[in-house]
Amino acid sequence: MTTQNLQAVASQVRRDIVRQVHGCQSGHPGGSLGCTDLIVALYFQIMKINNRKGKGGFLSFNMDGTNEDLFFLSNGHISPVFYSVLARRGYFDVKELSTFRKINSRLQGHPTTHEHLPGIRIASGSLGQGLSVAIGAALAKKLNSDKSLVFCLMGDGEQQEGQVWEAAQAAPHHKVDNLIAFVDLNGQQIDGPTEKVMNNRDLKAKYKAFGWNVIEIKKGNDMEEVVKGLRKAKRLTGKGQPIMVMLTTEMGAGVDFMMGSHKWHGVAPNDEQLAAALAQLPETLGDY
Amino acid sequence: MKKYTFTDKKDTRSGFGAGMTELGRTNPDVVVLCADLVGSLKIDTFIKENPERFFQMGIAEANMMGVAAGLTIGGKIPFATTFANFGSSRVYDQIRQSIAYSDKNVKVAVSHAGLTLGEDGATHQILEDLAMMRSLPNMTVINPCDFNQTKAATIAAANFDGPVYLRFGRPVVPVFTDPDQKFEIGKAWMVNEGKDVTIIATGHLVWEAIQAGEILEAQGIDAEIINIHTIKPLDTKAILKSVAKTKCVVTCEEHQKNGGLGDAVAQTLAQNLLAPQEYVAVNDSFGESGTPAQLMEKYGLNAASIVEKALKAIQRKI
Repeated sequence: MTTQNLQAVASQVRRDIVRQVHGCQSGHPGGSLGCTDLIVALYFQIMKINNRKGKGGFLSFNMDGTNEDLFFLSNGHISPVFYSVLARRGYFDVKELSTFRKINSRLQGHPTTHEHLPGIRIASGSLGQGLSVAIGAALAKKLNSDKSLVFCLMGDGEQQEGQVWEAAQAAPHHKVDNLIAFVDLNGQQIDGPTEKVMNNRDLKAKYKAFGWNVIEIKKGNDMEEVVKGLRKAKRLTGKGQPIMVMLTTEMGAGVDFMMGSHKWHGVAPNDEQLAAALAQLPETLGDY
Repeated sequence: MKKYTFTDKKDTRSGFGAGMTELGRTNPDVVVLCADLVGSLKIDTFIKENPERFFQMGIAEANMMGVAAGLTIGGKIPFATTFANFGSSRVYDQIRQSIAYSDKNVKVAVSHAGLTLGEDGATHQILEDLAMMRSLPNMTVINPCDFNQTKAATIAAANFDGPVYLRFGRPVVPVFTDPDQKFEIGKAWMVNEGKDVTIIATGHLVWEAIQAGEILEAQGIDAEIINIHTIKPLDTKAILKSVAKTKCVVTCEEHQKNGGLGDAVAQTLAQNLLAPQEYVAVNDSFGESGTPAQLMEKYGLNAASIVEKALKAIQRKI
């Protein structure tokens, strides 16, 4: 896909995000908007995905993901972007996005395998667990001589969880070099700026010290930069070290009044705010 | 009373180790993770024979549970091994979200459960794990009673699709079950048929229950002894059938009175059949340092205590 096409998908995904959150008056738009460009780039450009179609013309989903690249969302609260990308990529009907966080939905508040939503491989939301799961999946690929890759996204607030650092020491120790992980550096968490709530200090230096090959994507909301950074990350795999990408994003990216503060971490827009947000996001693929 | 004898005493964890050795040779999907307790878990042979299928995870149990969950994605059958304390209470949320809720085919296999861990004391003597694990949807909970049953349970756990909590112990105890037994998850084992009182036991308490049965027999009491090795799903049919006959029950476990096998049985009775129940369990307290035998005596988890509770239960019959 061209950068322009990827941007068009991202615009639609951002519309989906604010509409999902508005629809149930609940959920986390800020981080979802910030990570839209990354997850669109992964699913529409970078990741090797089985394009075979199954029931209803949707992508046939296989839990083991043999010979496919796998993506794990550790910071599960940004489920709106994950659900939108999965639906737009063809895993399930985009109409189902309207059920987000509502009773009897497969689109739970946080991603889960429990409702068998295609594309989801682990429950996440209780923070700090995704990197460990991604390491396990990457080790299984090695045991299976499966050359495809495993990706894992974490939040920067999430770096305050101890388990993240247990995983951080395990991946280099076991030479999990088929793993590309990301920290979404948006600098915000529920209670305020990350450096005020609990200062992570120099994450780049920390991961380097733990034995990761660390690279940066400084403009995490610039599609061209994101794709370039992801290609670089892929080139670094298979060299004995796991790859950590420090991804700088803007919480709320794409909707001006949601940017620049933690205020929109977990707040839904009202009707007026929804209209204002949608006015900034061109409808490119058709709303659900 | 059916006669049970033993020629050998072995630890149940060695039964687990023997099960893993066999699985290493027969099931290429089985992988093992351990949090710095390889010697204690008796998995040396598995590691020696299958080094590529073993992952040393260091003293980092939370990560180990997540990695185990991830390994199932790709078809592996991971056994995540450590002490029972560190494989349950320490990592409850990891087991809850990444394993049970995600319905991953992980076997949490834990040793040194309960008071019989001994000298290390209460910090390590988990007595609440059965309660935690049986409260989790999707989780199967198994607590075998001797070397042979633990080996059979280990192999059965690997062949079962879904999360399992497999709990065993440290000390050597009599080996009295059949080495070629068929282990069926969720199916009670009728140790001895009787008519006066039902004694339901799990883990190390099964041998004690047999001893108690012999003492009761000498007093003219005919005890029915049932081994519940699978705490969840509970064989309620076997329990109700027995208690309908004997009209009273004693439950025996190396666990807190709150939330364990006894409460599972009480729940079954409360919903189906009115009968007095007595508990042989730790009564809402932590353990302490001591030899396994001293601790089991002090906390009332032995044959003498089972006899006492059986007599009380019989007295209370409606």
